[in-house]
Amino acid sequence: MTPEMLIAAAICLPVIIAAGIAAAGKFPNLREGVTLIGAVALFAVVVQLTLLVAGGARPELFVGEAVPGLAFAFKLEPLGALFAVVASGLWIVNSFYSIGYMRGNRERNQTRFYICFALALCGAMGVAMSGNLFTLFVFYEVLTLSTYPLVAHKGDAAAQRGARIYLLTLLGTSIGFLLTAIMWTWALAGQNLDFVDGGLLANANLSPLVSSALLLLFVFGVGKAALMPFHFWLPNAMVAPTPVSALLHAVAVVKAGVFTVMKISVYIFGDELLHATPSREFLIGAACVTIVLASLIAMTKDNLKARLAYSTIAQLAYVTLGAMLADHAGVLGGSLQIAAHAAGKMTLFMCAGAIYVATGLTNISDMKGLGRKMPLVFIAFFIASLSIIGIPPLAGDWPKYELMQGAIDDRHDWVVIILVLSSLLNIAYLLPIPILALMPPPGTKPLKEFKRPGGAPALTVAAPLFTAALCFVLFFVIDPVSDFLEPAFATVEYFHGVDLP
Amino acid sequence: MILETLLVSAPDWAIRHSTVLIPIVPLIVAPVLAMSPSARLAWVASIAATAASLYFALLTLAIVQSSTGGVISYHVGNWPPPIGIEFRVDALNAMILLIVTGMGFLASIFAWPSVIAEISRPKIGLFLCAFLLCFAGLCGVASTGDAFNLFVFLEISSLSTYVLVAMGAGRDRRALPAAFDYLIMGTLGASFYIIGVGFLYAATGTLNMADIAAQLPALAGNRSVQVGFAFIIVGLGLKAAMWPLHQWLPNAYAYSPSFVTMFLAATATKVALYALIRWLFTIFQPDFAFEQALFTWVLAPLGIAAMVICSFQAVFQTDVRRMLAYSSVAQVGYMILGVSLGTAIGVSSGLLHLFNHALMKGALFMAVAGICLNVQGTTIRDFAGLGRTAPFTMTAFAIAGLSLIGVPLTAGFISKLQLGYALFEHGWWWAVLLVVFSSFLAVFYIGRVLQAVFFQAPANPSKHRKEAPLLLLVPLWVLALANIYFGIDASFPAGLARDGAVAALGLEAFR
Repeated sequence: MTPEMLIAAAICLPVIIAAGIAAAGKFPNLREGVTLIGAVALFAVVVQLTLLVAGGARPELFVGEAVPGLAFAFKLEPLGALFAVVASGLWIVNSFYSIGYMRGNRERNQTRFYICFALALCGAMGVAMSGNLFTLFVFYEVLTLSTYPLVAHKGDAAAQRGARIYLLTLLGTSIGFLLTAIMWTWALAGQNLDFVDGGLLANANLSPLVSSALLLLFVFGVGKAALMPFHFWLPNAMVAPTPVSALLHAVAVVKAGVFTVMKISVYIFGDELLHATPSREFLIGAACVTIVLASLIAMTKDNLKARLAYSTIAQLAYVTLGAMLADHAGVLGGSLQIAAHAAGKMTLFMCAGAIYVATGLTNISDMKGLGRKMPLVFIAFFIASLSIIGIPPLAGDWPKYELMQGAIDDRHDWVVIILVLSSLLNIAYLLPIPILALMPPPGTKPLKEFKRPGGAPALTVAAPLFTAALCFVLFFVIDPVSDFLEPAFATVEYFHGVDLP
Repeated sequence: MILETLLVSAPDWAIRHSTVLIPIVPLIVAPVLAMSPSARLAWVASIAATAASLYFALLTLAIVQSSTGGVISYHVGNWPPPIGIEFRVDALNAMILLIVTGMGFLASIFAWPSVIAEISRPKIGLFLCAFLLCFAGLCGVASTGDAFNLFVFLEISSLSTYVLVAMGAGRDRRALPAAFDYLIMGTLGASFYIIGVGFLYAATGTLNMADIAAQLPALAGNRSVQVGFAFIIVGLGLKAAMWPLHQWLPNAYAYSPSFVTMFLAATATKVALYALIRWLFTIFQPDFAFEQALFTWVLAPLGIAAMVICSFQAVFQTDVRRMLAYSSVAQVGYMILGVSLGTAIGVSSGLLHLFNHALMKGALFMAVAGICLNVQGTTIRDFAGLGRTAPFTMTAFAIAGLSLIGVPLTAGFISKLQLGYALFEHGWWWAVLLVVFSSFLAVFYIGRVLQAVFFQAPANPSKHRKEAPLLLLVPLWVLALANIYFGIDASFPAGLARDGAVAALGLEAFR
């Protein structure tokens, strides 16, 4: 297949899968078969594209142009390929998990669930492969709208309220700020919205005031990046079934957000312009505040999914931080975080889901001693927690290392302290969960019977174990991944404003 | 492409007389309809008349685009201007004529199911006669090159509009005071306009627009010229529902027969706005000092006030038609804002929004008309649950609503982007924030309806609710799909708007 066809396939396959799911809706086994085969096919397409990108090619697909400079076009570069691989690859794992979870939980409206899931993947693929800001925005909104029914899946008052907050926050920030910023960029760059190596606006001679305002509009406009104070939609989205939280609200949706921030940093602003933009300092500060504050809030949450949600907010701010540091190590660290955090956090969510299916428990305080009954789940949880904290030999170690390097290169030494503090806070709010579950303090009454006969379905245990193993693997293949990403950051300097001896 | 084939295949007489035939055909057919013995026959004749006008409008557009000067000058009765009446069509009015005739044609197709449900059968012939007169008047306004002739056509369209609005009394008696209000306000507007033309006639001694334009630069300091200008702007502003001269519009739209609402919303204010642009840019020149002051201190603030205040008012309406009416005033505000920049990009963004707004509001009101056939009342509560019983109508409504909000991949997005671009170019970035804010309000008022339609249970399910008839669905979906098509490939309307702005301001206005 030609590169154009591959890109078209990557965008269209999820839609075709959704149609197939709708057609097979009456036969659950066939329906899930469509999802699984489709997910594998999509992954195969994305891997082919990624191999092309690794070979130095930049697959492109031009669909059409509404008005000059407002094109519907796709172009895959390493950063997008990384995001596409992560999203489509983990979709396969998540589909297995979903089957176990949804059936084990006897959820209703499963056909709608799988359809919306496939459409959300279409949104994620589009965001990853978009060749300009306009296309990116369109798929960004596809992602928002297709995940709304998933958040509201339960249909009760709480789910509807959460879903409404979800929709209004994401639509509000994206239409209010992001779209304004895109229109402004279009005007500033001479009717152009393409992602350009070195930055689209690099030669636009922006005054510091304009670039500051624009950067703030962009970064806060990407509500999916969950930078405080626009983070509250994420905890509210936790009313969704756990597979949704696992893939969408730990991987596809939120990563689409930080990925957008990264793209804007590297391809719209460029590192030189960012360093001449005063509001960058403010955003670095905002990211650090988010990291610390979200971690502190996470410690107060007894509901497991709520705690994980706040943890996600803190971890996402790492990527924003890297994008705003805007030096080589910083953007590399932020990009690695997209992959590393995806594997880790998805494991944690899938564990939470497995616990819920088996026991109906949602509160951490009730899980003491539960590790005796479900050891595999909590071992997976333990490994993923270590990865999030950043302990080698697990994937989460590398992004933190690169981010620290980036902070020092950019002479923001105090950021290192924040990152270390963040790790300590991670230990405080994540590790007690598996430790208390596996080694309960004497006197706790362990759970006698599972709510669901037979405990967690096998699929819901196997999936987190697989992704936990992935955390190990990622640690060792970090060199090829970094080399793969390198061309994306070829124009990003290591040091800014420093004369090397 | 299509236009070229049209031009090649057209007979000689059609090419020669196309401009004047656009208003003349409906004007001649109208009295025939009044005498028609059968309502159905009258309807078929009205379709034929509007189709003929559409054909001639397309032909005119083709001639304008293919000719080198881009202007058709037609001398009525072979009396050359400035003595005789001149019909003068350039890229600007060719675009307006296309909108009016196109929307008139689509409206007349769906007239049958809608009119038969709301108008008593013996009156249908007369009703359609009034419609064709209104249609002819609007076409006349958009094609004439004579200031007084414009007034005549304006009155033809206005008088018939009062009748059309009052015909809504069969459904809701409040149509009568609405029509009366409109009559008073509309007559005031027309009087202001004619007083202004009188002042200009006193100063220049001519009624031909091109002739006035040629004489004005020497008279720019003349007080009677300035007074005349002010009268004309107020008069046309009233017709165009420029805030705060819009008070007649919400009631007129809410209580007239649904067919009339759809036709008026898609055409009437647009034509008045065209006349405003014609006076502001072709006859008067934007570099006159008093016109610059008008742009900055009157039109721009009024446009912004309209788009913010009326969007707010729309949020608090319970009746869908009133809500859409307030939204229309707000949308006129966008167009006025674009025009008030006085730049070529600004005018072209205003024109593009004018085109797109005709598409979206036409579709929205047509969908509402389809609902009115089977449901009594048009409050949001009445719309609850219609997504299940009338999916085709309501999906088209949703598409047009998203276009009104300005969601990417719809026509509305393109016009808002162009407007934003024009504002940024002009350095008015704060106005962009207000445009965005107003779009955000549109999310609320459209979202409220969509939520009721698709997510709420019907208020009283026993009522007979079903899909609108095919005669309505086909034109409705033509409009809805146009909203999407022109959002993905906007080259046609954007080209029209650009050419229109060039015709109004001159080519050198574009860099």
